[in-house]
Amino acid sequence: MDVRSQMSMVFHLDKCIGCHTCSIACKNIWTDRKGAEYQWWNNVETKPGTGYPSKWEDQDIYKGGWEKKNGDISLKGAGKLRGLMNIFHNPHLPVIDDYYEPFTYKYLDLIESPAMTDQPTARPVSLITGKPIDIKSGPNWDDDLSGTPDYARKDPNLLKLSPAEQEAMFQLERMAFYYLPRICNHCLNPACVASCPSGAIYKRGEDGIVLINQNVCRAWRMCVTACPYKKSYYNWHTGKSEKCILCYPRLEVGQAPACMHSCVGRIRYLGVMLYDADLIHEAASEDENNLVDRQLDILLDPFDPEVIASAKKNGIADSTIKAAQNSPTYKFVKKWGLALPLHPEFRTLPMLFYVPPLLPVMASLKEVDNKAQSEKMDPIAKNWNDNWLYDTSTEELWGTIEQARFPLKYLASLFSAGDEEKVKHILKKLMAVRIHRRGITVGDIDEAKVKQAMNDTGLTPEAAEEIYYLTSLAKFDDRFVIPASHREQSIEMLDFTGDAKGTTGFGFKETPARGA
Amino acid sequence: MNIFNTFLFVILPYLALAIFFIGTIYRYRNVKFQISSLSSGFLEGKKLFWGSVPFHWGLVFLFFGHLIAFLIPQSVLIWNSHPVRLLVLEVASFAFGLSMLVGLANLIYRRSTNDRIRVVSTWMDYVVEGLLVIQIILGLWIALEYRWGSSWFASSLTPYLWSIFLLEPRMDVVVAMPLVIQLHIIGAYLIVLAFPFSRLMHALVAPLDYIWRPYQRVIWNWNKGKVRSTATKWTIHRPRNN
Ligand code: HEM
Ligand code: SF4
Ligand code: SF4
Repeated sequence: MDVRSQMSMVFHLDKCIGCHTCSIACKNIWTDRKGAEYQWWNNVETKPGTGYPSKWEDQDIYKGGWEKKNGDISLKGAGKLRGLMNIFHNPHLPVIDDYYEPFTYKYLDLIESPAMTDQPTARPVSLITGKPIDIKSGPNWDDDLSGTPDYARKDPNLLKLSPAEQEAMFQLERMAFYYLPRICNHCLNPACVASCPSGAIYKRGEDGIVLINQNVCRAWRMCVTACPYKKSYYNWHTGKSEKCILCYPRLEVGQAPACMHSCVGRIRYLGVMLYDADLIHEAASEDENNLVDRQLDILLDPFDPEVIASAKKNGIADSTIKAAQNSPTYKFVKKWGLALPLHPEFRTLPMLFYVPPLLPVMASLKEVDNKAQSEKMDPIAKNWNDNWLYDTSTEELWGTIEQARFPLKYLASLFSAGDEEKVKHILKKLMAVRIHRRGITVGDIDEAKVKQAMNDTGLTPEAAEEIYYLTSLAKFDDRFVIPASHREQSIEMLDFTGDAKGTTGFGFKETPARGA
Repeated sequence: MNIFNTFLFVILPYLALAIFFIGTIYRYRNVKFQISSLSSGFLEGKKLFWGSVPFHWGLVFLFFGHLIAFLIPQSVLIWNSHPVRLLVLEVASFAFGLSMLVGLANLIYRRSTNDRIRVVSTWMDYVVEGLLVIQIILGLWIALEYRWGSSWFASSLTPYLWSIFLLEPRMDVVVAMPLVIQLHIIGAYLIVLAFPFSRLMHALVAPLDYIWRPYQRVIWNWNKGKVRSTATKWTIHRPRNN
């Protein structure tokens, strides 16, 4: 057993309101620069939708991630042979138009314009060429556009649905969508690291954050292809690739990453997980239907004395082990089994987990006679006071999940490599917590029904309360359990601490100027 | 004339090599951030294929051709001792040269006509590509005009180049060479000279170690075995900076 610690994340999708505060917090700190304007290390996309870059999930186009062939895994679009043969021109490199061409408006024209008979306009100009452009897309171009032919219907996950199912999904009355916030997953088997010919990308041993050394990156641009989540971005100005750094400078002083700190819906959780590094390769090479289970298997129980002993032997600090025991992500992922990785079939073993959304699934639809119904409409309020179309009552218990207006197959394509049972089980648990809480707060649910819901999902009332607490009431310190990073120990390895202390703040910094 | 020749074939190579070594090492050690292939495939990917691929593959083969003729000239002479083999070598080199020329022409065309690529171009890019185009045309000309050029290189130019490296410069052979070949030699020195000042730096950091490196890389800020050990030394030294 080779125990390592990893910063892991959980995003609770039911809570995301799609406000993009996270994206802006990240952009303001890290990517508001020339060459990085188009980069959204954190982005929030509407699902169903094509996402950013357009159709990133379709690996027939982008060739990201690992694929299993003859029992072993290899990079789909990069690697030693393929990468070096394609080094002079990478045929699978997305171009900027797959994201969008960054633009601004010539606001000054509004102010400097001479008096005219017509109002002056601020024309859009490209932030690359500086010339006027016709804006074809931009950040969150498809925000909230579920159902549109250009975006939602081109979602690669729909390929797993039959045409009839797709049609049904996009009927106006049935339409639903939810938000999918995405950052780098800081994977255990990162394709970006493996694809980098110059070895510029690495995983930090002590917390598993995946970083690109800007001084070693040579723009061989293989990581952009290899990351199946398209979370490594090429800076067209500096000629270096960049990616989410999980705000490590903030983490090192005990602060939550900016996107998580600012999250309005409080959907984000961050904590340490201990895992067995010896089993990474095996888990990543597992058959598709076992991938999720095997990934969860290599995450270790931080209370197990054997795990603690091996962790100590590997130099993991007591404070980190303690943080692992309090980790909210451990609870969501392992203890309660409520969160799943995004697209596990890419085999990078992502360490960002999602609690799948219950809300778009929950309401069931009734067949209605439109004519009769329209007569029942309240003439002043213009609404109905019966649940004529959507039934969101909890009486049916599981019935509603099975006839959900949002096909589970779709969710399964995102979170469990197609295994509907896994998603269904989680949704039932989420429902059971709600039924339990409704029984307590409103009291209009039969006690037997509450019991049945709990028994069906194997939840105890205590666990349900804990889930309820961490989902709805959790404070900052419950959501983000960040261990001390013990930089002093790393300094000791290189230098006398007195020297390091005395030189803090001094040194030389190079501006990130483009080469010639 | 003699002074002029001395400058071109003795002083220039030493100047170029000195600047090459000092410049590239300095840049590698001090401004690492600026070493990059500066790929522009992200802004335009289709035309790049017809430029970069024929250019670089032609270049790789011709580079090794020149290198072999420089390091083991006998091998070239032995190979060329048979007229058919000489022909094969000359035709192959010519084809690779042509591939380079076509590729580079496409690259220059793309760089100067595409708005986005123009934005990420420096004047040094044009200087380098201009130098390379001239160099390739001269090379092709030599291949066409002097069919035994490869043997000449091995028998006459290699000793001259070695004399430079062994610090006993002898330029008598070069001075007697046809003008095209002299220009090709001067062009080579200018390209060497341009390395530290241009994107050519990327050729020196070709990622060959990728071949034997394990795929995954984990870097520890501390030694995970030692960090918890109670036997760490306690130093009585005062900090050096206090
Ligand atoms: C084997 C080592 C080499 C490798 C791996 C390599 C790789 C590359 C790469 C990845 C690019 C960027 C292409 C893009 O825009 O995506 C590039 C561009 C370029 N390389 Fe190389 N190169 C090598 C050797 C050389 C040498 C020896 C020269 C010249 C003497 C050279 C001249 C150029 C030029 C002029 C460009 C700019 C092309 C343009 O965009 O106009 N390369 N190279
Ligand atoms: S999400 Fe992509 S960039 Fe992030 S670690 Fe995984 S492979 Fe690398
Ligand atoms: S800040 Fe939070 S709630 Fe808002 S879009 Fe981002 S993840 Fe969703």
